[in-house]
Amino acid sequence: MDEAAGRTATHCPYCALQCGQWVSPSGEVDARAVYVTKDDPTRGGGMCQKGWTSSALLTHAHRLTFPQVRDSRTGGFRETDWAGALGTVAARLAALRAEHGPDAVAVLGAGGLTNEKAYLLGKFARVALGTSQIDYNGRFCMSSAAAAGNRAFGVDRGLPFPVTDLADAELVVLAGANVAETMPPLMAHLSAAQLVVVDPRRTPTAERAIASGGLHLAPRPGTDAALALGMLHAAVVDGHLDRSYLDERTTGFDDVWRIASQWWPERAERVCGVAASDMRTVVRRLAATRRRYVLTARGAEQHAHGVDTVTAWINLALALGLPGRPGSGFGTITGQGNGQGGREHGQKADQLPGYRHITDPAAREHVASVWGVDPSSLPGPGRSAVELLDSLGRPGGPRALLVFGSNVLVSAPDARAVADRLAALDLLVVADVLPGETAARADVLLPVAQWAEEDGTTTNLEGRVLRRRRALAPPPGVRTDLEVISGLAAALDAPGAFPADPRAVFDELRRASSGGPADYTGISYARLDAGEVLHWPCPSGGHPGTPRLFAERFAHPDGRARLVPVEHAGPDEDVDTDFPLWVTTGRVLVHYQSGAQTRRVAALAAAVPEVFVEVHPETAARYGLADGDLADVTSRRGTTTARVRCVPSLRPDTVFLPFHFGGAGAANNVTNPALDPVSRMPEFKVAAVRLEPARAGAR
Amino acid sequence: MVIGHGMVGARLTEEIRRRDPDGERVALSVLGAEPRPAYNRVLLSTVLAGGLGAGMVALPAVPGVDLHVGVAATGIDRVARVVHADDGTTHPYDELVLATGCRAWLPPVEGLGGGEDGVGDGGAPAPGVSVFRDLDDCDRIRAAAVPGARIAVVGGGLLGVEAARGLAGRGVAVTLVHPRTHLMEQRLDAGAGAVLAAALGAAGVDVRCGVTATAWDPATGLDCDDGSRIAADGVVVAAGVRANTALAAEAGLAVDRGVLVDDRLATADGRVHAVGDCAQHTGAAPGLVQSGWEQAAVLADLLTGADPAARYRGTRPVTRLKAAGIDLAALGEIESGDELLRVSDPRGGRYGVLALRDDRVTGAVLIGLPDATATITGLYDSGAPAPEDRLALLLGRAVPPDVAPAAEPARMPGSTVVCRCNTVTKNTLVTTWRAGARDVEALCRRTRAATGCGGCRDAVRGIRDWLERADPAGATGADPAREDAA
Repeated sequence: MDEAAGRTATHCPYCALQCGQWVSPSGEVDARAVYVTKDDPTRGGGMCQKGWTSSALLTHAHRLTFPQVRDSRTGGFRETDWAGALGTVAARLAALRAEHGPDAVAVLGAGGLTNEKAYLLGKFARVALGTSQIDYNGRFCMSSAAAAGNRAFGVDRGLPFPVTDLADAELVVLAGANVAETMPPLMAHLSAAQLVVVDPRRTPTAERAIASGGLHLAPRPGTDAALALGMLHAAVVDGHLDRSYLDERTTGFDDVWRIASQWWPERAERVCGVAASDMRTVVRRLAATRRRYVLTARGAEQHAHGVDTVTAWINLALALGLPGRPGSGFGTITGQGNGQGGREHGQKADQLPGYRHITDPAAREHVASVWGVDPSSLPGPGRSAVELLDSLGRPGGPRALLVFGSNVLVSAPDARAVADRLAALDLLVVADVLPGETAARADVLLPVAQWAEEDGTTTNLEGRVLRRRRALAPPPGVRTDLEVISGLAAALDAPGAFPADPRAVFDELRRASSGGPADYTGISYARLDAGEVLHWPCPSGGHPGTPRLFAERFAHPDGRARLVPVEHAGPDEDVDTDFPLWVTTGRVLVHYQSGAQTRRVAALAAAVPEVFVEVHPETAARYGLADGDLADVTSRRGTTTARVRCVPSLRPDTVFLPFHFGGAGAANNVTNPALDPVSRMPEFKVAAVRLEPARAGAR
Repeated sequence: MVIGHGMVGARLTEEIRRRDPDGERVALSVLGAEPRPAYNRVLLSTVLAGGLGAGMVALPAVPGVDLHVGVAATGIDRVARVVHADDGTTHPYDELVLATGCRAWLPPVEGLGGGEDGVGDGGAPAPGVSVFRDLDDCDRIRAAAVPGARIAVVGGGLLGVEAARGLAGRGVAVTLVHPRTHLMEQRLDAGAGAVLAAALGAAGVDVRCGVTATAWDPATGLDCDDGSRIAADGVVVAAGVRANTALAAEAGLAVDRGVLVDDRLATADGRVHAVGDCAQHTGAAPGLVQSGWEQAAVLADLLTGADPAARYRGTRPVTRLKAAGIDLAALGEIESGDELLRVSDPRGGRYGVLALRDDRVTGAVLIGLPDATATITGLYDSGAPAPEDRLALLLGRAVPPDVAPAAEPARMPGSTVVCRCNTVTKNTLVTTWRAGARDVEALCRRTRAATGCGGCRDAVRGIRDWLERADPAGATGADPAREDAA
């Protein structure tokens, strides 16, 4: 609390940078520094336009302020009270469970939920509902990077070093990251570095790379693994391998080389379209620079072979000796506000708190003891998000779905198929702040509180636990997600405790995480409120936390990082005469995720009011389109109707759609639900499409 | 049953096991004549140049293969469906694949060795002479390539040029002798050949085109038909290859330059197939491993039943030179277009020819234009229409785009977004300044410019300074925003 001004210190509701905010009792927002160093303790905080305008969400006219139910999907909602709403939901869940078994009820969580909510939701599913069918929208976000990080390093923490370390970097390779638009204040930490940006588009981040004396590498969508393999080949052949590092700190190089040896840069160039000489240049600079980083983001990860693509980048970083070396490293830039914590506490289908695996008997025993239940009562792993959505209402699939903090109708791939599955449910319950596209399909709508209205913690992109604090009360009639989960558990007569108080939940989370990879035991509200900067693992109250992982050892039992052999596989579907262009999807600065919040903020909606499709002007002309025309972008699954923006810097074979919009403008009408075999990440970043003038009357 | 365990034979086993990992449909056995498992022959010039150790070229071992290393096939009995080997074993087959590759050809030059009478194709090279085909050749050449050694390379095709460049990089005095008018004449036009020769010359290679070797004597050197004598300690012969077709011919299969195959990679005997350098298919690009790899994928589809409709329709030939400091690509046919562009910059070591037909790239030769090479190869492979600005396509980044100078505040349109993080336009800054925010801090506080990544702070300062200069009295003076019309 900033006593003088009566303002509360909390964090922005949006991305994983979690910029510091002051929020006044009346809901006004100001910037507050979070990423400070000893050298520069007075450095001001920053926010992008989303953060600055976030206060508009607190008083928004469309705010949900009372529970609503309806008897049929075609009928209207009617207002009800909480006892009635929770009682109705509990009764219907109990009936479905009695008739069809516990897996008839499914839960979908989110990377935007606080640690406390993610934890309690996972416990609620396993203990109160007894269902294995829980997953979360982080599956669409961080799952490929997480799987690759676990495989290579034995643990998954997005950045295994503090964000502020990046300020000293001389060279940073951003593979599939458009930070200047998706996480703008992070660019302040990259202002000193020369940047290399890998992106099919000439994004603002790519422009910064060129301005910094670096390079923009524009691969064909879906070919990043070939690029990384070609660069690894160049590293070997041009004599840039860090052999002593490979010998002392890693295993597996020989097997990786047997594959990379077949990817000489000229061959990789033919697949990915990036000049072999540019691969050599980047590798040479990386090798010749002392403080250098390779960071991936969704562009590399959201593919049907995303885990292998990230692994290919990790292999390159390991071959050059980056991870675990002071001033250098490999990391992934987490997306959602609590995308890191959200993947640690057990709302993922295969996971228990502390980043434990649900099939590990020791993990089950420990967590069951914290929960006061028999380990054998805990269900096993369930379906991943896309598979879960695809199974809804099908024989053997869930018949009820509870959605917390997610707008799957916009954010999941192949939106039309998702709509069909939601329609097939017996019961859809949505807890949300504002009525998004998914909420509009619900049978029961539960109004919940948002960031500045509740206490809790998030874990940011660097694995640091941050306190969100309640600055003002939610509107009357609105409950917190924790209160909703707690109330439902009570109505279901669930065994075990489901406290609604965030601090009590966090303290239980600490015990449940104890001994796990993401160990929060020593992190308390008291320590955070006293201003301590704590990165996990933090196994005891006196432990200072772990800002930098891997300095001495990696998290595998032998202490070594693993190079894992991966091949380039390419996009799941190919272009042909009917679908001759690639589409890739992504973000714009002023919108966040499905746009459920940002499309309702006037200043943001004014900046980018509607979906657009970026097209090379000659490509547009070829399909009879000009700047400003409405176009249909059609894949083998569906059509997105969008306004043409001619962009001369774009690859002529590729168009781009931002995914923040719903309905006919939803990019996910065209995306490919093909899944990564390891992470179950869908292929958001590449699909084959055709482009044509919008059918008359489309809008 | 696969005869041959080179890059294509090994790739075939890999492709088959990818489709049939547990061997449910195909049991695989392989004979490999070389005394070691398959390795990456394409990398030999990199080994010769010193970029790789000889131990780093092995290909991944494929599980589930009955592999006989160091065993050569000696005959095929197509009636009994067995292969006889030089270790006395016989190997029955249901389907037979010939992946016997090719061998280096020794031109009939006195003293080089080879042939039954010590001259020409088919025998071992003479002492001091090496072809450049396998790892043993590579080891032999590397042993001779000590700094200060003098080596003559015979043959200025792709392999000869790569060998010459690699040897020069080792400090060897290299003379490259090529009987044709210019280097790599099968893939390059004369202009490109000249630029390549100049690049090799700059790397220290003595290039002699239009000169044919006539005799080699280790005591005196290499004599040429122009009367010259090249003092040399050794000779590397890279004068072309011949397909290994003897087994097929003896088995009564049709052989021309290679074993004739159809789009199924089958010979007239449907149970016998051929892939890679030993096969002859009208669409294949001779000497490029890509053809063999593409054929291996098709044949694996057919043999495993993964895709019975799979057919090999040919390969779009793209030749890339692996030579330090020389970026060279040759693709398609440059005589094939209805539109031809040519740029020549011998002083800069850059040269480009681009042929198009019906807006599509049909051929190109590119030297010293690496990023254009990537783009043009992509257009050639995909068959996509080329951009309207052909010259920009051909030059790529060789001519940097017109970079707009940092916009002068006075000339900047009012709608220009100065701060992207907070969508703050120049107009907003001007209005805010006129409303009383006269320093950078106040401008940023009120507009939120520079409160995200902070990258636009200098631009905000520039606009503020311009406003102060243009309108020192504030809103009472001239209206600086009028200049927005620019």
